[in-house]
Amino acid sequence: MESFQFLLNGFATAATPINLLLAVVGVIIGTAVGVLPGIGPAMTVALLLPITYNLEPTGAIIMLASIFYGGMYGGSTTSILLNTPGESSSVVTAIEGNLMAKGGRASQALATAAMGSWVAGTIGTLLLAFFAPIVTRFAISLGAPEYFAVMLLAFVAVTAVLGSSRLRGFISLALGLAIGLVGLDSVSGQARLTFGIPQLGDGIDIVVVAVGIFALGEALWVAAHLRRRAVEVIPVGRPWMGKSDFKRSWKPWLRGTALGFPFGAIPAGGAEIPTFLSYITEKRLTKHPDDFGNGAIEGVAGPEAANNASAAGTMVPMLSLGLPTNATAAVMLAALVSYGIQPGPLLLQREGDLVWGLIASLFIGNTLLLILNLPLAPLWAKLLRIPRPYLYAGILFFASMGAYAVNGSSFDLILLLVFGLIGFGMRRFGLPVLPLIVAVILGPRVELQGRRALQLSSGDVKGLFGSVDVATGEFQLSALAIVVYVIIVLILFWPLLFKAIRKVLPAKAAAVVDEISEEPALAVAEHHHVEIVQTDEGPSRTEDKESPK
Amino acid sequence: MFLALAGIVILVDALQLSNNRTGVDPLGPKPVPVFVGSLLIVLAVALAVAVTRGSQGEAEAGEDIDLSQPVDMKTVLLLLGVFVANIVLIDFLGWVISGGLLFYGSAIVLGSRHFIRDLVISAVLSLGTFYGFAIGLGVALPAGILQGIL
Repeated sequence: MESFQFLLNGFATAATPINLLLAVVGVIIGTAVGVLPGIGPAMTVALLLPITYNLEPTGAIIMLASIFYGGMYGGSTTSILLNTPGESSSVVTAIEGNLMAKGGRASQALATAAMGSWVAGTIGTLLLAFFAPIVTRFAISLGAPEYFAVMLLAFVAVTAVLGSSRLRGFISLALGLAIGLVGLDSVSGQARLTFGIPQLGDGIDIVVVAVGIFALGEALWVAAHLRRRAVEVIPVGRPWMGKSDFKRSWKPWLRGTALGFPFGAIPAGGAEIPTFLSYITEKRLTKHPDDFGNGAIEGVAGPEAANNASAAGTMVPMLSLGLPTNATAAVMLAALVSYGIQPGPLLLQREGDLVWGLIASLFIGNTLLLILNLPLAPLWAKLLRIPRPYLYAGILFFASMGAYAVNGSSFDLILLLVFGLIGFGMRRFGLPVLPLIVAVILGPRVELQGRRALQLSSGDVKGLFGSVDVATGEFQLSALAIVVYVIIVLILFWPLLFKAIRKVLPAKAAAVVDEISEEPALAVAEHHHVEIVQTDEGPSRTEDKESPK
Repeated sequence: MFLALAGIVILVDALQLSNNRTGVDPLGPKPVPVFVGSLLIVLAVALAVAVTRGSQGEAEAGEDIDLSQPVDMKTVLLLLGVFVANIVLIDFLGWVISGGLLFYGSAIVLGSRHFIRDLVISAVLSLGTFYGFAIGLGVALPAGILQGIL
């Protein structure tokens, strides 16, 4: 129960008037920006970073956490009230949510989303408080070889499990690694890939990369395809729900939470798979099967809870290992680095106050979100009508302000433009952006740990698989490192294995395909699911549909 | 077809990267860049092969995106122009003027036709952010030629 004590201290940190104020402001701004169409949680955090530059780290990270939760909630509001889903994590919420809104039940949809987010966020944060110290204790015991292996696993998992195409994922990863190489080598101090430009010597600021890829790249991409027709926004009153809605919602909330948290906590979990699973589960268990396809409240409550719980789960590897497993966590880690905080296993020990303050402020922010957003929802709905030219001009405006302010130098604006163009190109050619940003953050650390492991073994390759016991002077294989390597190999060769399994079990697999394709309401989600598992290695689309493992 | 182009672009890119890397570094810091460079080349070739075999990248969808339209390069290029102007002008003119121009130019390029309203919004935004961020929060934004006036 030591967590509990720490958590109380965390509340003491977070509950000072100034930090509470930061949390309130963060939640409001985060929601306002997150509601804006085309801006997902990752971009919300990236765009609002400048606000936090000159705050002291604890205040800054509290505000960031509030912005993050606000942005998440804003995103789901958008997907319920607009016809088209925005970020991948709210695709599933949008299916039934939008149908409910069209059927005149927008208020109830928003209410169940808000309450579900709150329930899932609160439970998820409790779990985070419980698991973070445990994982940290485990992480501290990791030596260079094990840590190297775990980070490699994060790379492979983020790249190969998520996204539509493994090949494109790895291209994105390699680009990110290349960006991470720029600057002085941390061991030898030699300049790499700086092309003689002195400003590149310190490496490229991760914030600039993140803002460029997420904000500028997205704005340019939208500009190239800007919808010229006005979008239909569904008007909404104050969210509320009756007893029957509540009765139908609370179980999906809890089930969604149970699905979401573990998926967020493992590398490569993300929110897509748990929200989809939650949708399927609710559809199976519902007592109102006719409502699915016409706006079933369970179909909003479950996935939305899963979405938020997975966001809380994401915090576990982020805070205890320094591993970002989704885009938003990647941007938040970038922010931590820009405050001069080194993420990694030692974070919880070195910056205990800060981390517990952050966890406590997640509780506070989450509750504020519920209190503020129920009455403010009609206002948020109005934000959806903002003229698009202003919206995207505003993104360019704030992106360049944020990038300039990192170092107060116009050189960063040039870099921002370069990354904006890279982000544009990646969107055009279907390269996922997440592996790139994860590689930029983790690449240098992977290299460092790998070289450290090799230094310890004087250059012997087996240094990557274990270490020399200090006491006995004998070489010991690390069981953990080897297990992790085996998992990596399994993930890499999954498509081949999958084919083999399929040959053995053709009948069963075919049955699954039939079952999925019988459900027309799933069209959007199914399409999305295909993206998740589709590979370049050969299996055709039909085959891909059947791996909801 | 576009994708084949992308494959070639990445291939050329990768070749250049690896050349730069291998030339500069001695043994210690060298292996990783060499690995990344070769990885890029291998992947670019793989992508080129995949593309010729008909694999297609899926362009990203979004709330305000209408993928049925062709890529509107004119808008993108004009936006880039506005952005470059901001880079060139920001240190001399300062954030208030260059940022305001950035917003004004972008809004018009993106199809806004309320020239006067746009101008007012740009001015309010850039002044507001300058006072709020640079003076209020101490974020580094340049005053430029308006130094002393603001």
